[in-house]
Amino acid sequence: MSPSRGQTPGPRLPLKLEARGLGREVAGKPLLHDIHLGVRQGEVLAVIGPSGSGKSSLLRLLNRLDEPTAGTVYLNGVDYREIPPRELRRRVGMVMQAPHLFPGTVSENVGFGPRQRNAPLSIGQIEALLERVGLAGYAPRDAGHLSGGETQRVSLARTLANDPEVLLLDEPTSALDDEAERGIEALVLEIIRERSMTCIIVTHDLPQAARLAGRVVILEAGQIKAVGTPQELIHGK
Amino acid sequence: MGNELTLAFGEDLTGVLVQAGGAAVLCLAVMGLCRRAAVHVERETVVSLLRGFLQIALVGIVLALVLHRGFGVGVLILLAMTIAAAAIASRRTGGIPGAFRVCFLAVAAGSGTTIAAMAAIGAVTAELATLVPVGSMVIASAMTSASQAAERFRAEVAARKGLVEAALALGAAPAKAVAAQVRSAVYASLIPRLDALKSLGIVWVPGMMAGMIVSGANPVFAGIYQFIVMAMIYAASAITALVAALLLRTRIFTPAEQLSLQRVGATRE
Repeated sequence: MSPSRGQTPGPRLPLKLEARGLGREVAGKPLLHDIHLGVRQGEVLAVIGPSGSGKSSLLRLLNRLDEPTAGTVYLNGVDYREIPPRELRRRVGMVMQAPHLFPGTVSENVGFGPRQRNAPLSIGQIEALLERVGLAGYAPRDAGHLSGGETQRVSLARTLANDPEVLLLDEPTSALDDEAERGIEALVLEIIRERSMTCIIVTHDLPQAARLAGRVVILEAGQIKAVGTPQELIHGK
Repeated sequence: MGNELTLAFGEDLTGVLVQAGGAAVLCLAVMGLCRRAAVHVERETVVSLLRGFLQIALVGIVLALVLHRGFGVGVLILLAMTIAAAAIASRRTGGIPGAFRVCFLAVAAGSGTTIAAMAAIGAVTAELATLVPVGSMVIASAMTSASQAAERFRAEVAARKGLVEAALALGAAPAKAVAAQVRSAVYASLIPRLDALKSLGIVWVPGMMAGMIVSGANPVFAGIYQFIVMAMIYAASAITALVAALLLRTRIFTPAEQLSLQRVGATRE
């Protein structure tokens, strides 16, 4: 099944990723508190909120780059603490706000994840992934000499190379100009549809959330303030 | 005073004490110049001079008292030096837990292996008069190497935390995620030792060789012996840096393979 933009998959679909009572405190300061959140297979969920509201902290907890101090996360109903961290991070892939490409070629970057589990991609597979993100012929290029938009596309291809079940996107267009932003948005939507991927995207922009997601969660001061469709939230329902 | 010192140590120390005073006066004069240039190192200079003099004089007294004791005493002295070296080097590691243990193991592995190798080829004997001075040079160098490797590793991980976390997020093992930082730390700590080897005899004549020549040794013998010591110092430094970086690597990650920014003294972007 391939959900289209703006639609929330039916309630019968199982929860792919679920946060239950998730929280994190650092030095006594709560960053996130009592987050209950479920995303169904194939659903696109946007998390929006002002700077410092805990959006990025939430994504970091979802693929366990940080450790929750309360609650936990379930992937396909399994407590993620029971899943080896490297396997979890492969299955719950994350595209970071600052892409941080590794020194070397674009090809080396895209093949990084599969190489970690001794399943290296062929050059043909790497070229196919690059073509999919609009960077055909970029494989031998130096990753340090790309534009912001190209860098983010390589970062997306690098995450997709792991074939994740859930895709976490942390403000992937925040450092891009309008044209590059629209390009990345369109690309993300196409890929999510093609792969029927479950996706959580963090943004500070409600119109962008409306363009990408079927459901939106508003975070404020580390807590969920509202949940609904983009239309409901835009019209204040 | 001079007579008392002569009685205690079999040599008149008055002259060398006057010379030490002269060296200290020169340092104080330079400190005055610094002060005029608004570089305020008065307190640190005075404390360092006093501390350095007292420490080295105390070591001299201890050595004079135990010079003719057995091999075991020499080993104990080197062990004490290794502990002190680890304590000093571990201060460079920020908040990394277990840093003293890491630095102790690194310095002990580097200097222990090297001193054993020197003993095996006959470059040092079990006599305390050779073992302690040569051993202390190796330990001091290993300490510097541990400090440099630890500081560089911590700083590189802190500066490149985004890259490290990007690697983790793609399913990399922690060891792989900081492999570049380990390489950088080890190489950085070896640069001074490599430069010292390259410039040996051209830019500088090391203190040990100079001392041997002053004491009447054949300059060619003194030079070759100095090379042996420098090569061993390089080996000790390399082993120490490698062990320090590899052990510290395991201490900056949590059991769930998360980078602990607190341990490397970094903050979230």
